[in-house]
Amino acid sequence: MLWEVDIYPAQGQPNRLAEDATAGATDLGFPSSIDVEAAQGYLIQGNLRPEQVERIAAELLADPVVERTVIARVGDARLAQPPEGRPLLIHVLPKPGVTDPVAESALRAIADFDIPADAVRTFKKYWIGGLSDDDVTALVPKVLANDAVEQVIAGPLEFEHLEVGSPYEFQRVTVPLGELDDEALLKLSRQGQLFLSLAEMQTIQAHFRDLGRDPTDVELETLAQTWSEHCSHKTLAGRIRYRDENGETSYQNMLKETIFEATQQIRRAAGPDDDWCVSVFEDNAGVIRFDDYYNVVFKVETHNHPSALEPYGGANTGIGGVIRDPMGTGMGAKPICNTDVFCFAPPDTPADEIPQGVLHPRRVMRGVVHGVRDYGNRMGIPTVNGAVFFDRRYLGNPLVYCGNVGLIPHDQSFKNPQPGDLAVALGGRTGRDGIHGATFSSAELTHQSDELSGGAVQIGNAITEKMLLDVLLVARDRGLYHAVTDCGAGGFSSAVGEMGEKIGAEVWLDRAPVKYEGLSYTEIWISEAQERMVVAVGEAQWDQLSALCASEGVEATVIGRFVPTGRLQLKYGDHEVADLSMDFLHDGRPPVVREATYAPPPVVEFPLPANDTEGYTDSLQEILGSLNVASKHSIIRQYDHEVQGGSVVKPLVGSNNDGPGDAAVLRPVLDSPRGIVIACGMNPCYGDFDTYHMAASAIDEAVRNCVAVGADPARIAILDNFCWGNTDRPETLGSLVRAARACHDLSIALGTPFISGKDSLNNEFRPEDADEPISIPSSLLISAIGQVNDVARCVTMDLKTPGNRLYLVGLTKNELGGSHFAQVESLAGGRVPTVDAPMAKQTFAALHRAIDAGLVRACHDLSEGGLAVAAAEMAFAGGCGLRISLDRAPASDGASHPAVLLFSESNTRLLCEVRPDDAHAFEMALAGVPHAVIGQVVDEPTLRIVPGDDAAPLIEADIETLKQTWRKPLAW
Amino acid sequence: MATPNVLILRAPGTNCDLETAFAFETAGAKTERVHVNRLLEEPNRFDRFQILCIPGGFSYGDDVAAGRILANQIIHHLSDAMARFKDAGKLILGICNGFQVLIRSGVLLDGNAEQGSPATLTWNDSGRYEDRWVRLGTDGTKCVFFKDVERMYLPVAHAEGKFVARDEATLNRLAAAGQLVLRYLPLDGGMAGAKRSAGWLGHSEAVPQATDILPFPDNPNGSQANVAGVCDATGRVLGLMPHPERHITRTQHPRWTRPETTQTGDGLKLFENAVAYFA
Repeated sequence: MLWEVDIYPAQGQPNRLAEDATAGATDLGFPSSIDVEAAQGYLIQGNLRPEQVERIAAELLADPVVERTVIARVGDARLAQPPEGRPLLIHVLPKPGVTDPVAESALRAIADFDIPADAVRTFKKYWIGGLSDDDVTALVPKVLANDAVEQVIAGPLEFEHLEVGSPYEFQRVTVPLGELDDEALLKLSRQGQLFLSLAEMQTIQAHFRDLGRDPTDVELETLAQTWSEHCSHKTLAGRIRYRDENGETSYQNMLKETIFEATQQIRRAAGPDDDWCVSVFEDNAGVIRFDDYYNVVFKVETHNHPSALEPYGGANTGIGGVIRDPMGTGMGAKPICNTDVFCFAPPDTPADEIPQGVLHPRRVMRGVVHGVRDYGNRMGIPTVNGAVFFDRRYLGNPLVYCGNVGLIPHDQSFKNPQPGDLAVALGGRTGRDGIHGATFSSAELTHQSDELSGGAVQIGNAITEKMLLDVLLVARDRGLYHAVTDCGAGGFSSAVGEMGEKIGAEVWLDRAPVKYEGLSYTEIWISEAQERMVVAVGEAQWDQLSALCASEGVEATVIGRFVPTGRLQLKYGDHEVADLSMDFLHDGRPPVVREATYAPPPVVEFPLPANDTEGYTDSLQEILGSLNVASKHSIIRQYDHEVQGGSVVKPLVGSNNDGPGDAAVLRPVLDSPRGIVIACGMNPCYGDFDTYHMAASAIDEAVRNCVAVGADPARIAILDNFCWGNTDRPETLGSLVRAARACHDLSIALGTPFISGKDSLNNEFRPEDADEPISIPSSLLISAIGQVNDVARCVTMDLKTPGNRLYLVGLTKNELGGSHFAQVESLAGGRVPTVDAPMAKQTFAALHRAIDAGLVRACHDLSEGGLAVAAAEMAFAGGCGLRISLDRAPASDGASHPAVLLFSESNTRLLCEVRPDDAHAFEMALAGVPHAVIGQVVDEPTLRIVPGDDAAPLIEADIETLKQTWRKPLAW
Repeated sequence: MATPNVLILRAPGTNCDLETAFAFETAGAKTERVHVNRLLEEPNRFDRFQILCIPGGFSYGDDVAAGRILANQIIHHLSDAMARFKDAGKLILGICNGFQVLIRSGVLLDGNAEQGSPATLTWNDSGRYEDRWVRLGTDGTKCVFFKDVERMYLPVAHAEGKFVARDEATLNRLAAAGQLVLRYLPLDGGMAGAKRSAGWLGHSEAVPQATDILPFPDNPNGSQANVAGVCDATGRVLGLMPHPERHITRTQHPRWTRPETTQTGDGLKLFENAVAYFA
C-alpha cells in the first residue's frame, strides 16, 4: 500500500517552495496574478497502519513547531482538496532511477522506528491559481520541473506502487559491422550516441574484420568512450597543421609540443634538486611540492553540457566529479578547497529571445550556483575562489568550470597497481544515470539535446562521496590498496580501462552493486553514476579494507581482477561479453589530423573621446555596475569558504568584509604557517581580438593575483582549461592553437609551469530554425596555485590607513581594445592588452620582495576597468578615500589620454599602499620596474582623481555610492 | 583530572570534526573522533570521556531536515547513554549541525509527549545557506562554556539556523531560566543594540518582543529573540549556530590584515572554559 505525506508550512510560516515558484514565474513574465501554495511530500510504500505513518510524519518527516501535515493513502480525496482559489494541482517527482538522496535517507531512518517500509520517494506538490491553463502548461517546464530528471503529474497521484525496476534477462548483443558502408557506419555512430568519426568507425570495422567476428555492443561502447574527445583529447593531442601570419607549424601532438613542453623546459632548467613539479599531466590531477611532508594537487574540470540541460544536477556532479580527481590522484589526496568559474548569458535576457530547448540564463545561473553550493558545502570543502563572466554567446552553452585542490603526503603521491590485484568498486551503486556522458560531452548541443541525452545528466549525493572520502583516507594510511582512480566520464569503463592499461583486466559485471534491477551489462559498464571509485587491492589487503568500509557503511565490492593478459575481458555470469586488447583500446585510435589557421583581425585604432569636461565618473559607475565587474557576494556567501579552519584571506575582504579579494589564501595544515594561494585569470573579450594575447593576459592575471596577496612568483603553478567552439573549423582550431602557443611562451618566460589541463570542444548550440550554430567565445581559464612561507605576511586589497601613499606599479599602455570602458561606451576596435613577459617576471619578483619585507599595506591588481576600478575597489573596501593625480603614472608613448590612464587594461599592473616611512625601501625593492606614487589615502570618504595638480577632477565620487553601484546588480 | 577526554562524534556528512578537535587540543584537551556506528555498537564507549562534542557538517546530508536523521538515531538508540553522560556532570557541546542534532534529539531541551519539542531551528529568513561573520553577546553566567565571555566575533555558516520556540510562553520560560545564552548583536559594535535590548543582555527578566529582532545581517537568520545559542537547565549542555572552532587564531579573522584585530581568536576561550571545568 502506498501512503502520501504532504508537508505544508504551519500557519504564519513562510512557504518557500511557493515563493520560489512565484518568483521564478514572474521573473519570466508570467502574470503577477499567479497564486501558489506548495508542499514537500513523501510517498511511503509498505504494509503500514495509519498510526505508524502518523508517527513517522510527526517524529521524522515534519517539524511540528513550524510545519503541518496531511496524511492519507494515495488516491484519498483529502489529498486532492484544493486550497481556496488555487484549483490546479501539479506534482513533480524525480524520474524513476534518478538519485533521490532524501528518500534513501528517510527509508533508512524509518527502519530505526522498527516500521516496515519498502520504498520511499519524495515529491513536490503545487496548487496554482490566477493563471490560465495554457499559462500553467507553459509554467511547468520553465519553472517547476526539469524534464531531464523529473516527471510531472497533473492532478492527484493515482499509482499504487513505486517503480523499482524489473529483472534483467541476459542477452548478448553483437553489432554487425562487417558489411556496413561509410554512410551506415556514420549513422550507427550517431544513432548509437557513439559520436565516433568515420575514420574511427572504419578502424574498428577493420579490427573486428581481422578478428573474424563482430563486436558486442559493450565493446563498441568501450571503444567509443575511450576514444571520445572527453577522455582522449584526440584533437588537441593530435596532428595539427597550423598557419598564421608568421608562417606554418606542423604538430604531431599539439598539447605535448606547446604546453607540456613548456613545463618540461622549466623542470630541466631547475635541475633535479630544485624541480618542484612532482607529477604533471599524468595522473588525475597535477602534483607539486608543498612542504617537507606534503605535496599539493590541483585539477579543474568543466561540466558544460550537463549543466545546460539540468543546471543543478550538472553543476552538482561537476563539483562532485572534480573532487574525485584529487581523491583519485596518487594514492588519494585530501581535498582542501574548491574553485568555480561560470560563464552565462546575461540574466536580464528577455524571455522571448530564448530559443527552444534552452533554459533562461537566470534559471541556469541559480541552478548552477545551488548545485555547486549544495555539493561543496556538504563535502566540507571550502569554495574559496571563482569568477563569473557574462556574454550573450553563452546562451545555449553555459560554461561551468569546477576545480579542487588536495593535500597528499610525498610518499603517497604515486599509484602502483599490481598484477593479480582485485578491482574493487567503492562508494555509490550503479544506476542508469549518466549513460553516454563521455561521448555526449563531445557533441554539439541542439534543441533536441534534452530529449536525446537526458540520460547523460546525473544527480549527485554528496554524502555518499563524503563517506567514501572518509574511509579512503584511512585505508590509504593503513596501506590497504595499491592504486585508486575515480569513475569519471565513462564510469567503470574508464576507471578499470585506465588502471589496467599496462596489465590487463577481467571484470565480472554481474557482481557490481546496482541501484535497482534491470540494468544490462553494457549499462553497468558505461554508467556514470556518481560517487564511485575503483581501487586495486591485493588479496592480503582485501579483508581489512572490506571491514573498514563496512564499519562506516560504505559499500566495497570486488568486481574483477587485474590479470596480466594485456586484455580487457568483461563477463556477465559465465558469459564473456567483451574481449579487447588493451593495445587496440588505448593505442588503436587513428590519429586525428586537423588543419588550423589563424588570421588576426587588423588593428583598428581606438577613437579616443575628445578631452571632454564632464569627466569620467559616470563611466566608472557604469563599469562598476556592469555584470562582469559587479560584486559576486550573493554567490560567494552561499558557499562555505571557511570549513576545515584554514581560511586566511577570504574571497571578501576589507573593513566591512565585502571588498573583492585578489586571491584566496588558506593554511591546509593547521599547525603550520605555510599557505596555499588560489587565483584565476580569464578574459574571453580579448579573444575576439587575438587569442594569443587573450591567453597571455589570462596567465598574467592569474599570476599577478597570486603575487598581489603575497605568493612567491617562483612557486606558482597553473592549469589550462580550454572551452572552445567546433574545432572542425580550421579557423576555430587555429584560434585555440594560437592560445596554446601563448601558454607555451608565457609559461617559460615567467617560470610558471602548467601542471594539468583539460579541454572541452564543440561548445556550440544550434537553435531549431538556424543554419549556423551559435559558438561560445574562446574561453581559456587559467587557474593558479601559489605558495607562501608564512601566511602572516599576506596582504589584502583594502586600504588601511589615511596618510599612506598609493603607488602604481607597471606601465600603462594604450590598450583599450576589449576593455570594459569600450564596452560601456560602445566603442569598437582598439589595441588588446599584451604582456611584456620579461618585465612581468621582473615586476612580480620585485613586488614579492617588497611584500615579503612587510613594506606593502594593501595591494590590488588592475584588471577589468583598469586603474579607476581598482582604485575605487581599494577605497570602498577599506572605508578610506583616495586622492590620485594621473600625471606621474608610468605610461608608454601614446597613453597620456586620461581615458587610457584611467581605464586601459594593460597587464602586469598593481596598486600598492605604502606607509610613508617605508616609501624609500619600497622604491629600492622596485628598482628597475616602472612605478610611481600617484596618490594618497585620505580620511574623507571620496575617490578623487585629477589629471594633474590643480586641475579639475576627472572622477569624483563618494565611496559608499560607488560601493552600492558595485554591490547591487547581482544581489539576488 | 587535569586533561579531559573529548569525544568528537562523527557521522556520515560530519565535516568540522578535524578543526574542532584541533581547537580542543589547542585548549589542552585530548580528543578522539568516533564514528556514530561505534557508539551504536557499544553505547558504553561514552563513559570514558568527559566532553561530548557534536561538530558541524551535514550529518546524513541534512536529508529530511538538518540534523534530523542523526537526532533520530540518538533518540532510538543512544538516549540512555546520553542521559547517563549528562547526569554524570559532564559537558556536551553541539556546534551548528551539532546544535541542530541536540535540539531535535531532545538532549538540549526536554520536550513532552503532548506538546512535542519546545523549539526548533528552521530555515533562515533568507531561504538559503550563508557564510558570514556575526557579533555575539552572552547572557548570564549559567553556561559553563561562556565563563568570563561577554562578546565574541565568529562566523555562521548554515541554512537552517533560525531559532523558533513552540510558542511565546516557551520562549519566555527559556529566557527567564537564562537558557538563551547567546544572542546576535548589531555588527556596528553593539552600542545601538545593547541599549535597545538592555533587558536581555543582563540577567533577563524582560522577554524580548518580536520588534527586538535585529535586521539582517546582524541577525543572520531571523532567529526569535536573536538567539544564536541555547544551554540546558544545568548550563553544561550547549548548542550554538556560530562556529567557535573557526576563530582560534588571528589569521582566521576576516580583517586580521587591518590594524584593529587581536592576537588570538575569540572562539578559543569557549574550548578553554570546557577544559578548565575539569581542572
